[in-house]
Amino acid sequence: MPALLEVDRVSKSFGGVAANVEISFDVRQGEILGLIGPNGAGKTSLFNSISGAVVPDSGEIRFDGQRISGLPPEECALRGIARTFQVVRSFDSMTVLDNVMVGAFARHGRARAAMKLALETLAFTGLASRADTPAVSLSPAEKRRLEVARALATEPRLLLLDEMLTGLTPTEAQAGVALIRAVRDRGITVMMVEHVMEVLLPLIDRAVVLNLGRVLTTGAPGDVVRDPEVIRAYLGDRYAAA
Amino acid sequence: MEAVPARSAQTASPARRRRELVTGAVLLVLLALLPLPIHDTYTRNLIIITILFAGLAQAWNILGGYCGQISLGHSLYFGVGAYVSALLLTRAGVPPVFGMLAGGAVAGAAALLVGWPCFRLSGHYYAIATVVVGEIFYLLFLNWDFIGGATGVNIPYKRALGESWLWMQFRTDKLPFHMIVLGFAALAWLVAWLIEGSRWGYVWRAVKDDPIAARSLAVRVFPSKMAAAAISGFLTGMGGAIYAQYVGYIDPDSVMSGQLSILIPLPAVLGGVGTLWGPVIGAAVLIPLSEVSRSYLGGSGRGVDLMIYGGLIVLVALLRPQGLASLLAWRRRDARAA
Repeated sequence: MPALLEVDRVSKSFGGVAANVEISFDVRQGEILGLIGPNGAGKTSLFNSISGAVVPDSGEIRFDGQRISGLPPEECALRGIARTFQVVRSFDSMTVLDNVMVGAFARHGRARAAMKLALETLAFTGLASRADTPAVSLSPAEKRRLEVARALATEPRLLLLDEMLTGLTPTEAQAGVALIRAVRDRGITVMMVEHVMEVLLPLIDRAVVLNLGRVLTTGAPGDVVRDPEVIRAYLGDRYAAA
Repeated sequence: MEAVPARSAQTASPARRRRELVTGAVLLVLLALLPLPIHDTYTRNLIIITILFAGLAQAWNILGGYCGQISLGHSLYFGVGAYVSALLLTRAGVPPVFGMLAGGAVAGAAALLVGWPCFRLSGHYYAIATVVVGEIFYLLFLNWDFIGGATGVNIPYKRALGESWLWMQFRTDKLPFHMIVLGFAALAWLVAWLIEGSRWGYVWRAVKDDPIAARSLAVRVFPSKMAAAAISGFLTGMGGAIYAQYVGYIDPDSVMSGQLSILIPLPAVLGGVGTLWGPVIGAAVLIPLSEVSRSYLGGSGRGVDLMIYGGLIVLVALLRPQGLASLLAWRRRDARAA
C-alpha cells in the first residue's frame, strides 16, 4: 500500500516543552491507523501539525507526496485532510444540517448541491432524523457524530479523529466503531487518537505508539501491546516483565 | 438564537425562503402605501427615519449578526458615505444618485481598511478597535477644514433644477424620500436574504460560532470577514448619503458621532442579531419609541429617551435574549404543533 501521509522527522516545542521530537511514520492508503500513548505523549500536537493548526518547528509532513506542513488549516482541508476535535466544536447557533452544510460548501458553491451532500452525509452517519435539531441540543455522543459528519462532508481522503470514542457509553462506542469501519469502507483513510484500548485494538490495522513526544514503536496492534517498552510507558517498570 | 432552529425543515427550506421573500414583498408594498393617508410632516418624517434605521441596522447585521464581528464604529461608514456624496455634489456637481454609490463604495473601502488590521483581533478586541477607529475619524473630520471641519457641509437646494430624483432634491414633499429610504432598506434586506441562502451565509455563521472549527472545514475566515465588512460598509455609506440629502446639512456631530455607532446596531440587537427580520422589527419598535419619548420627555435633557432605550434593551435581554424576531418563530412553531 502506498503512503498517503508521510510524517518525516517532525518536531514541535511549546515554550520549553518538547511535544513532538523527530517523529516519523507513514499512514498508508485505506488503513485505519491508531495513534496511542499515555497522556502528554504528543498525540494531539501531532494532529494539530498534520491538520495545519500549528506549524512544526522542523521536519516535514507530506500528503499524497506534497509538502503540507506550514499550510493553513483551510488549505489542508481543501487538499483532503479532515479532522474532529478532542473538545467538540459544533456551530451551536445552527442546525445539524447547517453544520454539515458548512463542510459540504468546501466542495460545492451552490446551496442546493451542498444541502444534497449534507443530507447524504447525515444519512450515512445516522443523524438524518436530527437534521433540523439545533446542534446545541444534541447529546455528547451525537455531537461527536456531528463532527464526523461535518468532516466527511468536506469529502476528505484522510480523516483525523481525536478521541472520538472517549467518554461514550459502551453501546455508543460500538456504534462509533461501526461508523469508523463504514468510513474506511468508503475508501477514506482514518487516523485516530484514542485512549479506550479494548475498543481501539480490534478496529485498527496498525498502531503508532508515542511516549514523551517520541515514537516508541510501530506495528500491528496485537504486537504493540505486548511490547515491553509500551507496557513500561503505560504502567511503569514493575509490569514490564509480566 | 439557540432555541430557534435556523432552518425549519430540510424540504421546507426553499419553501420557507420563498415565504420570507413574499412576506418581504408584501411588507414593501404596504410600506410604500403607508404615507399616502398620512399628511402631517412630523409623522412622515418619523416613518422615514424608522425605515432608514431599519436599513442601517440590517447593513450592520450583515457584519455584526451573520458574521459575528461586532462593529461599534459604523458611524465612520455612515459619515464617509454622507460626506463623499455631499462633497461630490457641492464641489464637483455630481448628482447624489451617483454620489450615493460613490459614498457607498468609499465606505466599503473604508470598512476593508479598518478590517485589514482589526480582523486580526478576536472577539471583544475587534469591537474595541472599531470604537477607537470611529472616534479617531470623528475627530479628524471635525478638524479637517477642507471638508468644512466643525462647520459641516451645507447642501443647497438648487432652484434651477427644481424637484428632481436625479439630484434627490424635493422641496416640499416628503413622499419621494419615503420611497428612497424604502428602496434602500429593501436593498439591505434583500442582500441579507440572498446571503442567508448562499454559501456566504453558512460560512459566516460558522465563522461567528467557531472560527477554529470553520477553518478545519476549509473556510477562509479572514476573507469572509472582509467580504462581510465591505458589504456592510457599502450599504451603511449609501444610507449616510441618503441621510445627507434628506436633511440637507451634515457635520461630524450629526453623521459621525460615536452615539450613531450605538444607534445603528441597536435595532438589530433589540430585534434579533443575525436574523432577517430582527433589524426591521427592532427599528419599528425602537425609533418611534425614542421619538415619542424625545418629544414628550426630551425637554428634561437628552437622557430620558436614552434611558428608555436602555430599559427596553435590558428587558429584551432578560426576557427574549434572541431578540423580538424570535417571538414570530415561536408563534409559528406553536401554530404547527397545534
